Amino acid sequence: MLQPVTPRVNDFVVKFANVNGSGSASANGLFARSILRMGVPVAARNIFPSNIQGLPTWYEVRITEAGYQGRRGGVDLMVAMNPQTWDRDLAEIEAGGYLFYDSTKPIPATRFRGDITVIGVPLTAMCNEAYELPRERQLFKNIIYVGALAALLGMDLQAIKGLIAEDFAGRQKLIDANFGALAKGYDYVTERMAPLPLQVRPADKVGDRIYVEGNEAAALGALYGGATVCAWYPITPSTSVAEAFMAHCATHRVDPETGKSRVAIIQGEDEIASIGIVVGAGWNGCRAFTCTSGPGVSLMTEFIGLSYFAEIPAVIFDVQRGGPSTGMPTRTQQADLISAAYASHGDTKHVMLLPADPHECFEMGALAFDLAERLQTTIFVMLDLDIGMNEWLVPPFKWDDTRKLDRGKVMTAEALEAGADFGRYKDVDGDGIPFRTYPGTHPSLGGYFTRGTSRNPYARYSEEGAVYVDNMERLLRKFETAKSLIPPPIARPARRRTSDGVIYFGSTSAAMAEALEHLEAEGRDVDALRVRGFPFAAEVDAFIAAHDRVFVVEQNRDGQFRTLLMNEGGHDPAKLVAVLHYDGTPITARFIAGRIAGLMALAQTQAAE
Amino acid sequence: MTYILKPRLHHPQLPTNSLGYTRRDYEGSVSTLCAGCGHDSISGAIIQACFELELPPHRVAKLSGIGCSSKTPDYFLGNSHGFNTVHGRMPSVLTGANLANRELIYLGVSGDGDSASIGLGQFAHAIRRGVNMLYIVENNGVYGLTKGQFSATSDKGSKSKRGVENHDSGIDMVSLALQMGATYVARSFSGDKAQLVPLIKAGLAHKGAAFIDCISPCVQFNNHNGSTKSFDYVREHNEAVNRLDVISHRDPIKVDYAPGQTVRVQQHDGSILSLHKLAELYNPNNRAQALGYLQARQARGQIVTGLLFVDPGAHDLHDSVGTVDTPLNQLTERELVPGQAALDRINAGFR
Repeated sequence: MLQPVTPRVNDFVVKFANVNGSGSASANGLFARSILRMGVPVAARNIFPSNIQGLPTWYEVRITEAGYQGRRGGVDLMVAMNPQTWDRDLAEIEAGGYLFYDSTKPIPATRFRGDITVIGVPLTAMCNEAYELPRERQLFKNIIYVGALAALLGMDLQAIKGLIAEDFAGRQKLIDANFGALAKGYDYVTERMAPLPLQVRPADKVGDRIYVEGNEAAALGALYGGATVCAWYPITPSTSVAEAFMAHCATHRVDPETGKSRVAIIQGEDEIASIGIVVGAGWNGCRAFTCTSGPGVSLMTEFIGLSYFAEIPAVIFDVQRGGPSTGMPTRTQQADLISAAYASHGDTKHVMLLPADPHECFEMGALAFDLAERLQTTIFVMLDLDIGMNEWLVPPFKWDDTRKLDRGKVMTAEALEAGADFGRYKDVDGDGIPFRTYPGTHPSLGGYFTRGTSRNPYARYSEEGAVYVDNMERLLRKFETAKSLIPPPIARPARRRTSDGVIYFGSTSAAMAEALEHLEAEGRDVDALRVRGFPFAAEVDAFIAAHDRVFVVEQNRDGQFRTLLMNEGGHDPAKLVAVLHYDGTPITARFIAGRIAGLMALAQTQAAE
Repeated sequence: MTYILKPRLHHPQLPTNSLGYTRRDYEGSVSTLCAGCGHDSISGAIIQACFELELPPHRVAKLSGIGCSSKTPDYFLGNSHGFNTVHGRMPSVLTGANLANRELIYLGVSGDGDSASIGLGQFAHAIRRGVNMLYIVENNGVYGLTKGQFSATSDKGSKSKRGVENHDSGIDMVSLALQMGATYVARSFSGDKAQLVPLIKAGLAHKGAAFIDCISPCVQFNNHNGSTKSFDYVREHNEAVNRLDVISHRDPIKVDYAPGQTVRVQQHDGSILSLHKLAELYNPNNRAQALGYLQARQARGQIVTGLLFVDPGAHDLHDSVGTVDTPLNQLTERELVPGQAALDRINAGFR
């Protein structure tokens, strides 16, 4: 007996279960982008294996007129194209939901669920009839199901066709073939079935927003941040940062007169060489970066310590994935926080920027280079796979054309000539930041020997205790200065006064914003604070001090962010309640709201007893 | 790594080069290495070579890794920027520095521990990228700073100071550099300054990856009977294939040798390498023959020295990347930041 479903317009979740390497990704992307073209916001997540062909892959599209960018949780329509994952895919469908499948081969009734509606289209049979080549049969199957879904969901066929025409511009044969496949699916459904109660209706809710991956946004941040050296080593999920940087530099970093390049991009032999090249270029006055993931950060730690101690600018985009060790290379986590914040032996601390979405990946990506040169140290931009490798709908990128690159404290030949007292590690302004000279500045002044060993303010080797301690204290002052330079946290107060707070950051932010609405609707008041960088600004400590209980929401097992809060701010662990999601899938609004509501209810019950 | 500075006073009649610098202007701090260390002779040869080449000292960037040899950049070119990086990773740091400013001269100084063990990978990759540099390995076949362990260039069958025999094959850095595509490859001996100084001069002037394997005996831990890197052993087995004179384009060319015995090679900067053949049949323009010659002579227990290979028309990493002539570290917002108008077009591509 089927349960009746409330008809839903522009608010449901479609999930595609595919086999990777089958060409499904572009068809699924076409589906999502067509909905955007209809003016309806989407939030899409690619869930894929560390593999090129043959393993299960999923693509989840949340159609959300309200514009929620986080995952909701649950699936309303499953497009089950992978027999390997049939059972688990069926299990994920919400009660009263829908299953779309390839009905070419009969499937016994026992393999279905009684509480869902099943839509079968004989995709394989249709392809075998229409196409000769195996590859065509496979690729067009994907476009046929997009056509069928368009009919079922009431989508605008013209929006889909427009995108196909743009994607294959100049290749009319391909355009015609795709239009043909699209029509096959569309016509099959219109002739035989009624539209589903899940409907996409044109709206005007996308505005001027852009649909972009965080990795590409970070690469554009590096372009606008004036990076001139990029050294990198391929590692999922960060590779597309370097690839996007290459692609945009091919357009924007070519000298129009000579055709020569205003950037050097080097694929290193490993992560160690990559960060070494970055440190060498930073030492010699370039803005340089690498992009990597947790295993790469582990390899880079010795150089990160050198950058900290010898005070050399460097930028690292860390696109976090599931750890430890090789972990889950194609799944998301926020699990490199401690390894980045305290990378390398000895006493070290590093600045981290925590972008919430691709828009901030661009802004913080550019800012990182100013900070690296201002603070003369390594700056981490902490993306994760969820932000980095999924397209998010975000406000368009903006740039102030009057903005200057902040090259930090650099002593020039003129200043040296005028008799400036140059001490490479001398704190002249009380902010812990010394002046540096670029190699080759002056024939007889300003030269110094850079090293990872202890030295005095004039860069001369010293293992004297007092000299060492002075230098280490200065580095702490510099870290204190960093607090005033990183983006401040953003507060979202509850409607009513409350003693409960929640702290979150990064890719959790979209789901958190939605979870706060759920909690509010349930009458639970929680003040929220989104943290955007490390070291923590004074507002973070004040927020914790102002609340009796602070939930700390993050995507790792051990509550690494909570540890940083305790370690750096000396906060009472009992007050900081961990809300942890770390199965490798992006955190959902349902999860956060459910967990926080549960914890609040439990505490109320305990208090009543 | 000393903080001892040499007194600034010097004899008023010290000879100066055309830039007005004396040899003293190319010196650094007082060495803290052991008395008689081969590395100090190499530092002296570097000072001599830079003085004779009339390089502005501050236009040289000197980089090193970790170990005795890597300490030496403090002892020459005191007005140059130096970078004592991390163990085995100097090649990558030098590569990055070179990318940032193509106008400086890059001198990498390393040892056999730094370059043949932990740094073997980075050594190979910097060479194969054709980074424009002179890379000198001060090769003593032993870990000096940690007191006498075998290094990866210790020959099989050679003995440590305590009489322990080395059972592992030695890595021949010269053959490796040739295989990796170095475009200037030489071997020399710290005890033969007459041979070494011109090799350093030509290596500094070379465009592309230049490499000198300089055998440099460790007087404390590897100068005994049974060592194949002792002063006595190297002198006895040294087989120089040629003598090099470097003639700058300003100098008149003098002919000292009989016709047919001299090969002239013009380098990218216009300087001429005049090579006097000592070994019959040795041709420094043939990579494959160089490798074969090295293998054959090595099997006979000889240590081949001299300029072993040079490709005067070599390209470097900047040529491969196609970078602009202006050093990348001198580009400004105007050349680097595309601006809002370009960003509008980029945004449009994401809709």
